[in-house]
Amino acid sequence: MDLYLQVLAGGVLNGVVYALIAIGLTIIFGVMRLVNFAHGEMVVIGMYIGYWCFELIGISPLAAMPVAALALFALGYVLQLTVVNAFISRPHHVQFILFISFALVITGLHMMLFGPTPRGIFSMASFETFDIGPLRLDMTRVQAAAGAIVLMALLFVFLRFTTTGQAIRAAADSRIGAEVIGIRINRVFAITAGIGMACAGAAGALVAPMFDTHPFLAPEFTLLAFIVVIIGGLGSIPGAIAGGILIGIVEALAAVMINPSMKSMFSYALLVLVLLVRPAGLFGAAGGRR
Amino acid sequence: MTRTLPLAASAAALLVFGFAPLALSPYWLSLLTIIFFYVCVGQAWNLMMGYTGILSLGNSLFLGLGGYVTAVLASRYGVVPWIGLPLGALVGAAMGVVIAWLGFRFSVRGVYFALLTIAFAEFFRLLFDNWDYVGGAGGVFLPSLGPDESILLHLRGSGLLFYYAFLVLAAAVTAISALLVNGRHGFFWRAIREDEEAARALGVRARSMKILVVAISGAMTAVAGGLFGLMNGSLFPDSMLGMGMSIEIIIAPIIGGLGTLVGPIVGAFFVVPVTEIANDVGQHVGIFGLNTFVYGVMVFLVIVFLPEGIWPRLRRLATRRQRPDETDGGSDA
Repeated sequence: MDLYLQVLAGGVLNGVVYALIAIGLTIIFGVMRLVNFAHGEMVVIGMYIGYWCFELIGISPLAAMPVAALALFALGYVLQLTVVNAFISRPHHVQFILFISFALVITGLHMMLFGPTPRGIFSMASFETFDIGPLRLDMTRVQAAAGAIVLMALLFVFLRFTTTGQAIRAAADSRIGAEVIGIRINRVFAITAGIGMACAGAAGALVAPMFDTHPFLAPEFTLLAFIVVIIGGLGSIPGAIAGGILIGIVEALAAVMINPSMKSMFSYALLVLVLLVRPAGLFGAAGGRR
Repeated sequence: MTRTLPLAASAAALLVFGFAPLALSPYWLSLLTIIFFYVCVGQAWNLMMGYTGILSLGNSLFLGLGGYVTAVLASRYGVVPWIGLPLGALVGAAMGVVIAWLGFRFSVRGVYFALLTIAFAEFFRLLFDNWDYVGGAGGVFLPSLGPDESILLHLRGSGLLFYYAFLVLAAAVTAISALLVNGRHGFFWRAIREDEEAARALGVRARSMKILVVAISGAMTAVAGGLFGLMNGSLFPDSMLGMGMSIEIIIAPIIGGLGTLVGPIVGAFFVVPVTEIANDVGQHVGIFGLNTFVYGVMVFLVIVFLPEGIWPRLRRLATRRQRPDETDGGSDA
């Protein structure tokens, strides 16, 4: 019994980080109806930032998180203003290909700059544990989950209580309506893209101690974010959180009960089930279906 | 444009490629073989996306199923590909029917359908990764042929054989596509692509027409996958069923021009050599990853500057020069 509780808690901690990655994807879709196919690549950029911050300056991934978030925000902002805005009213497949080209360029750059070698962070934190009652959790995961929760809370406050946050929500509700009341839509879109990619980058820095960083990790993260977001409902932030934690738990249980290498299979099976029962996801509005 | 011009052009192209092995080195033949392969799978995907508007990002599933059925039957039971390939096509079509029926039955559309196809493909990739019967992650290896076994019967061996096999398959897939899209089905599919509700209102049985096109696309892709596996002599879940393959399948038709029969061909003739050049340059200067980078930049440039693809632009340039008063040739072929 204790083992399962342990596994469950580990799954929830992972799930919180998955939720952060998924929120990045879902906010971009919710506001602009764009599916960022290069999302996993953004996570990997964040992982490299986390790795190099640790290797060169010796700061922990938790401290590297803001660096990664800011860098990815800038990247998202610039990409959106220079290229992506022109693609917002294009058909889906054209947008897919645009993001796939970003993904290829980023992966190529990663390989050219850092090579195929997996790079792991080895610090004392990897061996520390954190005890709550009967549970013993490893420190890096607790830190990552804590970082993700802080960032999600900040994001919530930003979207709820700032003017820019309101503008983003207005644009998500109705693009034309937002333009009519004088919102500079392209700037709002650029900020949204920045936030979405910052979430991915921050999550990347947080998971850098857990997975060895290498250029080909990206598709796994992209697919993970898709699963979470579809299960929760594309465009829904609460859905992304619920979906992230659900997938974290499913993966952890499947890894223990069946076979670690088959854990993602159960996520996909769950995804297919959810799509068939509720095509717009658990938290998706019927009108959100496209 | 009348129908004679495309027919004459196709006949001429077939003649040229039919005799090309007399003049070309094995290197160029292998390059052309890969191009023909991408014509097959691109044409199949184009039927779904270009003509019917169904976005699939999991066509590697059909490729992998066709490849595995053919290869497992051949390696485990000695079943010749002449039986294995049609069986693979059947399995591909059946899987297409299952995905399409489930998806459309529960009105999963657009981006959601695309993600459903990814989910199916990834599910099977992971399943094959862990399924010992099909070799797991270690893959399936086809035994080499004995000296007295017929190359033609077992479809193994020389590059020239696969050059002709893929040439014939590419021509057949293109011809079948041409017949379909210029016939009744094509009109229904395009009506569904333009406005499904309106097509339904006019009496088009949209759901069965959509299931049909996914099944046809699945069967075509599965045959190409079967030949591809035989040519490589080995199959791995990651290369046959992975997302990367699904993306490679769709890039050529999109770059060449969706919803046209020439687009996937032009796209394959553009994408494959550029990939090859990028690989060569990357290896030559010893920079790991340069090929991926160059490939990405190329895809980016095409999608930004030629969003509807190379062929529609070429066709418009050509028709404008000939007949300034007409903007479109009006023929898909």
